[in-house]
Amino acid sequence: MTKQKFKSNTLPSLVMIGPVVLWLAFFIVIPLLYVAVMSFCGIDEQYNIVFRFTADNYKRLFNANYVQIYAQSLTIAALTTIICIVLAYPFSFFIARTLSKKKAILYMLVIIPFWTNSLIRIYGWRTFLGTNGWLNNRLLDFGLISSPIDFLFKPSATVLGMVYSLFPYMVLPLYTAIEKLDKSLLEASADLGAKGVSTFFRIILPLTASGIFSGSIMVFIPSLGYFFVSDILGGGNSDIIGNLIERQFQSGNNWPLGAALSMVLIIITLLLVKLYQKCGGDMESLGV
Amino acid sequence: MTRKNKKRLQKGFSIVYCCLIYLFLFLPITVIVTNSFNATTSKPYMTWKGFSTDWYGKLFDNTALLESFGNTMFIAIVSTLLATAIGTLAAVGMYKYKFKGKSVIDALLYIPVVIPEIVLGISLLTLFSNTNIPRGTLTLVLAHTTFSIPFVVFNIRARLSGYDKSIEEASMDLGAGRVKTFFNITLPVLAPGIFGGAVLAFTLSIDDVIISYFTNGQTKTFPLKVMESIKSGVSPDINALSALILIGTIIFVVITQSGVLSRNK
Repeated sequence: MTKQKFKSNTLPSLVMIGPVVLWLAFFIVIPLLYVAVMSFCGIDEQYNIVFRFTADNYKRLFNANYVQIYAQSLTIAALTTIICIVLAYPFSFFIARTLSKKKAILYMLVIIPFWTNSLIRIYGWRTFLGTNGWLNNRLLDFGLISSPIDFLFKPSATVLGMVYSLFPYMVLPLYTAIEKLDKSLLEASADLGAKGVSTFFRIILPLTASGIFSGSIMVFIPSLGYFFVSDILGGGNSDIIGNLIERQFQSGNNWPLGAALSMVLIIITLLLVKLYQKCGGDMESLGV
Repeated sequence: MTRKNKKRLQKGFSIVYCCLIYLFLFLPITVIVTNSFNATTSKPYMTWKGFSTDWYGKLFDNTALLESFGNTMFIAIVSTLLATAIGTLAAVGMYKYKFKGKSVIDALLYIPVVIPEIVLGISLLTLFSNTNIPRGTLTLVLAHTTFSIPFVVFNIRARLSGYDKSIEEASMDLGAGRVKTFFNITLPVLAPGIFGGAVLAFTLSIDDVIISYFTNGQTKTFPLKVMESIKSGVSPDINALSALILIGTIIFVVITQSGVLSRNK
C-alpha cells in the first residue's frame, strides 16, 4: 500500500470505524474492566464501595450455599441444553426437509411466540401449571387426580421455563445445519445398503454436529443468567447464578460481591467459548 | 410392512411431533390471549370469570401502562436508529479497510452476543452509577444500543460476503465522491441486510428485560411494568396489551418480510 493511498483512506476509515470503537470502548470494555476491578474491592457500613485491594469476595464465593447454587445452576443449564437438543433435533429435521414454500411459514411459527414479552409468557406457564391452574383443574374435572399436583416452585419448573425460553436458539443453528445437508449423501448411504439408524449416526449426525455445538452454547450460557425464569417458576427454590448476582446488585447491595459472582459467569462463558472454538465451532454461527 | 406404508407412518409421526412442539410453543400465548378476555376483577386474576372485552377498553385508561409502552417504543426506535447507523458504518468500514486491531473489534463485538445478559446489565449499571449519568430513558437507550450494534454488524456482514467491490470503484471512476458512492451505491445494495439488522435490533429492544432491569432508574418500560405486576398478579389489561403488541408485530413483520422476499426474487 503506498503512502498516498494510506493517507487518503485514513479519514474515511476513521469516520466509519471510529464510532463503533468509541462505543465498544465506553460501554463494553470500561464497564467490564470496572467490574473486574470492583470484584477485588470491599464495602463499608453504608454499602459504599471501598477501593482497597481484598480477595475477600473471592473467598466468599466458596461459601457452601453458593457452591450448592452453582451446582444447581449448572445442572439446570445442562438439563435445559440436553432437553433442547432432544426436542429440537427431530423438529428441525422435519421442518428443514418440508417443501420450500411451507418451510418459511413453519419456521416463522417458531419465532412468532417470541414476539410476546418473555416475562408474560413465563407467567403464562405459571397460570397454566399453578395448583389452581388450567391443567390441574382439567385433571381434577376428569377425576384423573384427587388433589392438585404441585408442578411449580421446584427446579423442574425452572428447567421447563428455560427450555421454553431458549428453544428457538437451538432450532436456529440445527435448522441451518440440516438444511445444508446434501441429500445425495443420504441416498448414497441408503443405496449402499446402510440402514436408517446407521446412516443417521455415521452421516447425518457428524455433518450436523456443528449445529448442535452452536445451539448448545446459545442455550447453556444464557440459562445460567435468566434469573427471572427461576424467580417466576422456581419460586426461590431453584436459584441459578443469575439470582445470586441480581440479589447483590439489588436487595443485597454488595456490589463488589456481585462483581465477583459475575466474574464466575464471565469465566464460565470464556471457557465454554474456547472449548467451542477448539471443537471447530464457528463464532459467526452464534449470532442470531 | 411395505415401504410405502413405512414412509406414510414416518410422515404421520413427524406431523404429530411438530404439532406437539408448536402446541408447546404457543401454549403460553393461548393463556395470555384467553386471560385478556377474562371478566375477573379480583387479584391475582387467575380464575376464569367469563368472557369480556372490558379489559381492552380499560387498557386505555391505564396511563401508567400506556406510558410504559410509549417508553418502550421510544427507546426501541432511538436505539435501533443509533445501532443501525453505527453498525452499518462499522460493518462496511471493517470490510473495506485493512487496519490494526480489526480482530480486537471483532472479538469485542461478540461479547454482547455470548455473555449472559445479566453481566452486561450489571456492568452498565456500575458504569452509569460511577459516571453519575442519571438512570432513565437516556441510559436505557445507551444500553439497548450497546447490545444491538453487534447484531446489526453481523447481519450486514452476512450480506457483504457476496458484495462486489468493483461497483464502488466504477462509481468513483465515473466521478462520484466517496460520500456520494456510499449513499448511492453501497447503502442501496446492502439495504436488505441493514433492514434485517434493524428489525432484529428493534425486536430485541422491545422485549429486553434483564439489561433494562439494571439500567432503568425510574423509567419503566413495558417488560419492566410486567415484572412489577407479577408480584401482585398480572392484570388482564397487561394481557390485552401483550396480545395487541403481538398482533402489531406480526403485521409489521409480514409486511416487511414480504417486501424483502419479493425484492430477493
